[in-house]
Amino acid sequence: MSAENSAYLPVPGSRKDDAILTVDGIRRAFGGLVAVNVDHVEVPRNKITALIGPNGAGKTTFFNLLTGFDTPDSGTSVFNGHRLDGEAAHRVARLGMVRTFQLTKALSRMTVIENMRLGAANQKGENLFRGLVAPLWRGQEARITSQAEELLRRFNLSHMRDELAGGLSGGQRKLLEMARALMVEPEMVMLDEPMAGVNPALKQSLLEHIKGLRDEGRTVLFVEHDMDMVREISDWIIVMAEGAVIAEGTADDIGANQAVIDAYLGAHHDSDLGDN
Amino acid sequence: MKWDLILSNSLYTAVSANAVAYILVASGLNVHFGYTGLLNFGQAGFAAVGAYSLSIPINRFDWPWPLAMLLVMVLSVVLALLLGIPTLRLRSDYLAIVTIAVAEIIRLFLNSVRFTWLTGGNDGLQGFTRFMENINPFPDDGVTLWAQKVDGYRLWLLVTGWVLVAVVSTGIWALMRSPWGRVLKSIREDEDAARSLGKNIFAFKMQSLIIGGFVGALGGMWLVLDKQSSQPQDFSTTFTFFCYTIIILGGVARAKGPIIGTMIFLFVIQFVDITLQQATRTTPQDPTPLLPTWLVDDNNFSQIRFIVAGFALAALVVVRPQGIFGDKREQAFDVR
Repeated sequence: MSAENSAYLPVPGSRKDDAILTVDGIRRAFGGLVAVNVDHVEVPRNKITALIGPNGAGKTTFFNLLTGFDTPDSGTSVFNGHRLDGEAAHRVARLGMVRTFQLTKALSRMTVIENMRLGAANQKGENLFRGLVAPLWRGQEARITSQAEELLRRFNLSHMRDELAGGLSGGQRKLLEMARALMVEPEMVMLDEPMAGVNPALKQSLLEHIKGLRDEGRTVLFVEHDMDMVREISDWIIVMAEGAVIAEGTADDIGANQAVIDAYLGAHHDSDLGDN
Repeated sequence: MKWDLILSNSLYTAVSANAVAYILVASGLNVHFGYTGLLNFGQAGFAAVGAYSLSIPINRFDWPWPLAMLLVMVLSVVLALLLGIPTLRLRSDYLAIVTIAVAEIIRLFLNSVRFTWLTGGNDGLQGFTRFMENINPFPDDGVTLWAQKVDGYRLWLLVTGWVLVAVVSTGIWALMRSPWGRVLKSIREDEDAARSLGKNIFAFKMQSLIIGGFVGALGGMWLVLDKQSSQPQDFSTTFTFFCYTIIILGGVARAKGPIIGTMIFLFVIQFVDITLQQATRTTPQDPTPLLPTWLVDDNNFSQIRFIVAGFALAALVVVRPQGIFGDKREQAFDVR
């Protein structure tokens, strides 16, 4: 897979002829702290792109800015021809970009199947007046339910269908959140640390699920600290440090990139402090 | 001790038109707090708007009653919009602060001397219930249920009130099993998750606030129809907290919860009240009351009733923390 990716230049802000998401000059400061200051970044369509960087690099803030959970001070982002900057979070989701959260947000006191049904877009019964008249939405509800059950099977959650989501294990919640996001039928899935707190056995199946997203034509952008996983599944890697994109490339490009090593380990990590 | 009188009176209180008012106000609060997770501490404000939107136009301006009822609806929606627009985009704490403040502002306005020409001030308003009396099909002297006498007007309010409760509760039940209700519950659980799935949570919260507020206003209306007088002191914050007690007793986020919750709450309060009343009563023939006067006498039993009733309700909640209709499993997850 890296053969076709080598078509892109491994430099920060490199152009991709099939970018699904293009970000220009996005900046967000909290008081004096500039959390995100990204000049130009393009995310390739139908690829798995990893967003990595040391703690405090601004990855999650960048995610929030893209998905409408935070508003940039300046800059633009364009997703599939739609401007995202300044859009409300629910509108971003409706445009086809759905996110998950670093701390999973299972809807605890709702059953697993209700969690799933909630995800479906354009539900007739979500209108107050039509909601009162069950025959108007029953048919759609049945379709949504069978779609949800299929996804639950795929994510090995069928046996938990009628349990409250609060009763799931940490790993199962990650799976549920991913499956629920798919109910929206998004073109692009944004996963914020999908592997955090997941046991090694489940990690492997999560990896397969993420690859599955790409194989069915979706684009994935994910934040992750687990470098083994990043190396294993990403087609492209974007590295952030101190709010800016400092490197881009395939796993091999990134492993050899001096700026990345400096960002993670410090610029003076191999000079002897005693010598001065 | 006249136990038949005590029991029949307590049971009647639990189903009376006054109980209907509590059920409605609590049902509205259940939509806010139980289903949507909105911390509304000013439900009494909605009830006051319902009460006075009926009594002021009829008493002061001789409006026909259907028009006054329309005003109840319009003003409760307006109040919901006023509360919701500035606060629903913020964290839930802000709604709590604003609602409790606005409810108090409404009560103090209704109580103020300056606006007595409009609101009747501390004395309140009377004489706005004639339309209800005129269409009352029951004989004026009413009926005797067990040992409890119920006059025709109250019986009429009781019957129509329970029809209203049936309609409102069924409506809430139908809404909450719909996809619309599902979005409300998801907002209660985690509004960021709902947003990430493309739900416009501001619009849903606003709809919830409007519906619950309108139901609360209907309750306020029934409260003053029953009393045949609307008075500001009936709409203090205590009323709101009674309603919280009621929905927790009955089971949060259950359509039946406010009904059974109200019945238990009002029964316990009334039972303790008249039992103490009987037990502290002295007559010329029998100058020693049943209970020793150093413990409680006929001057202070009405304060004691809330203490005793409070213990009883606390005991109920300890035994059944999820409320009567609640789901024990839901208690296992600390959501907030």
